[in-house]
Amino acid sequence: MADPGIWCYNERAAKLFQAHGAKVWEDEKSISPCWRVTFPAGLIKEAVAKAPTRLVLGARKPENSLLLDAEVPRVYFGSGSEANIWIETEMEEFVSVNDGDVKVKVPRHRELRGNSALLSRAAKLCDRLEHLDFFIRPLNIQDPEITPENHDVNKFFASLNNITKHVQAGLTTLEKLNDVVRMAEIIAGGVEPLRQNPVVSFIACVFKSPLQIVDDTAEKVFSIVESGLPLVISSSPQGGSSAPIQEAGMVAQINAEILVGITLTQLIKEGFPVLYGSVPVRARLDDLHDLYGCPEFNQYNIDCVQLARHYQVPCYSTAGVGDAKVPGMQALFEKLLTHLYMAMSGAQYIHYAFGLLDRTNTFCPVQAVLDNEQIGKIKHCLREPKVDQAEIDDMLRIVKKVMASSHRLYARFARKAMHRGDVSNPYRFEAKGLEDKVIENALTYMEQLETEPAEHLDQAIQEQIFKEVPGILPSLKAY
Amino acid sequence: MDKQELLKAIAFNVVQGRVEAEDEGFDDGLEGKPGVTELVNQALEDGVEPKEIVIESLTKSMEEVGEKFERDEYLIPDMLASAECVGVAMDILSPHLLKAGVKSKGKFVIATVAGDLHDIGKNIVAIMLKGAGYQIIDLGTDVSVERIIGAVKENEAPFIGLSALLTTTMRVMGEVVKNLEQEGLRDSVKVLIGGAPTSASFAQEIGADAYCKDAFDAIDVLKTMAV
Repeated sequence: MADPGIWCYNERAAKLFQAHGAKVWEDEKSISPCWRVTFPAGLIKEAVAKAPTRLVLGARKPENSLLLDAEVPRVYFGSGSEANIWIETEMEEFVSVNDGDVKVKVPRHRELRGNSALLSRAAKLCDRLEHLDFFIRPLNIQDPEITPENHDVNKFFASLNNITKHVQAGLTTLEKLNDVVRMAEIIAGGVEPLRQNPVVSFIACVFKSPLQIVDDTAEKVFSIVESGLPLVISSSPQGGSSAPIQEAGMVAQINAEILVGITLTQLIKEGFPVLYGSVPVRARLDDLHDLYGCPEFNQYNIDCVQLARHYQVPCYSTAGVGDAKVPGMQALFEKLLTHLYMAMSGAQYIHYAFGLLDRTNTFCPVQAVLDNEQIGKIKHCLREPKVDQAEIDDMLRIVKKVMASSHRLYARFARKAMHRGDVSNPYRFEAKGLEDKVIENALTYMEQLETEPAEHLDQAIQEQIFKEVPGILPSLKAY
Repeated sequence: MDKQELLKAIAFNVVQGRVEAEDEGFDDGLEGKPGVTELVNQALEDGVEPKEIVIESLTKSMEEVGEKFERDEYLIPDMLASAECVGVAMDILSPHLLKAGVKSKGKFVIATVAGDLHDIGKNIVAIMLKGAGYQIIDLGTDVSVERIIGAVKENEAPFIGLSALLTTTMRVMGEVVKNLEQEGLRDSVKVLIGGAPTSASFAQEIGADAYCKDAFDAIDVLKTMAV
């Protein structure tokens, strides 16, 4: 940060850095107005230290609120990205060419263009997934009626009207921030209740890697910080193109980008609730697209979690994206490789974890259901071990009892643990015979979840939102 | 508690799987209250007929437990807890039932065959069958053919259950059947086999009467067998 520093395309941010001791000068070679900024170490260190260690992300149902604490590796998982495509899955029956009596069911997939109805459906489904802790709109809304001007209010409303968990998204246009905040105030019950229970929060990718602060995103950061609602300072360099592919270079660069972003928030308002948002990815070297299911992805991301812990800022991290195009073995491998690693790294807030396929280009609901089962098992693995004096005494009593019995079998004594949920269940989608019915069983389970009624906002609240917030599609009203 | 309340309480605690007062049971808040052991003893002290306890409290409640298992409400540990309750109750009641001339459903010799030390499955079958009213003679693990034949003779048992987990030891089951034939006992004993490597075709191959895939299957198979 002292050398070479950053390239800042936002004058207001550059001046703010300068006012706090950064060295700032105009880059005369740049076509767009650009300021070079170098930071004395103390400036960044002091500003980052002012960011809160703990913060709350609220929810329509208070019991779904999340407490993020940089000093405690309590892990939450949620959705992410803003894919253009929804993958719908159906089972189709095929007959063997060798034996007409032999039939198999195979999943078949088709692509749908993302729209507000599908986003509503995704939110409703995600509300039913017990291991999904927060909702970042996984789908871009591309209805004919959606414009850049009404994109934000529709994506937030479609989400909030169908899920009772925390809702987070980036802003398409800064102009609609006040409308989104007003919507959230109506839902939370007023200005102060929203501060206490921030049902929404924002994401800003203030840096375009490598090392360049984007003008309009920086303006969004100023306004969001003024709103007081939590913000993720997110950076997503690609190792091999917009950052070094080597671990040391990637991590040094993304860390610099995030820390400068956090510094900006704290210089605007000390103590503002911010997350260390790390989304480092690696390039495929055959086409320079992102490559998610690879060891480097875990290495980069684990490094960032450790850095966030060092700075004592809660970490918004990344796991569970598949390079696979459809649910199946490849998707399972890629997702498990990152879901498990990142959960074990202790990141507080893991996004991208549900339903994403084809890098981040598609959202597949049945994949989200499969991810839910996988994440549930991972959460179970990472439960704090129950070892205290009472448990030790209880175990000793059981051992003595069983050893005094004729059959020496502990099964009866598994009941207590089983009934209080300490013992995990078998894989939810297993088949009994010599066949793999995982996707078919997951689809059946998804259909069952989707028949359950959605928990929509009260009618009066919806009416008030429609009255005060312009631009929301009437089709999104649902009681 | 009067007689009817006692019988009900025993049945309730069998369904709850509470052998004794310190057991927690299926529902909350039962710990510390009398379990099957305490209640059966109290019933005998109060002069309740042992046969009535078996019919009113034990048999009916195990049927209810079976239904709960069918509905996925109960898992194996729940079933075993209830079966253990019945087993414990039968231990207490047996001398009284004998005096009253009431017989068990039959003697069942059970063993893990020679060379094999695995007994989880065998123990589960023993517990469940005891809970179902059979008199279990459990010979343990690594039991020689000679000991099994000896136990059948000594007890005049109409049923044998043989268990093995290893492909190398399952063959011993065939030797047991051959020895029963040589001793002239084959027609008076039904041989049931079970264990991971065994199967219905293996049972047929060695001349056993039935293959049981689990303890519940064994109970069902026994219902169909008249000796």
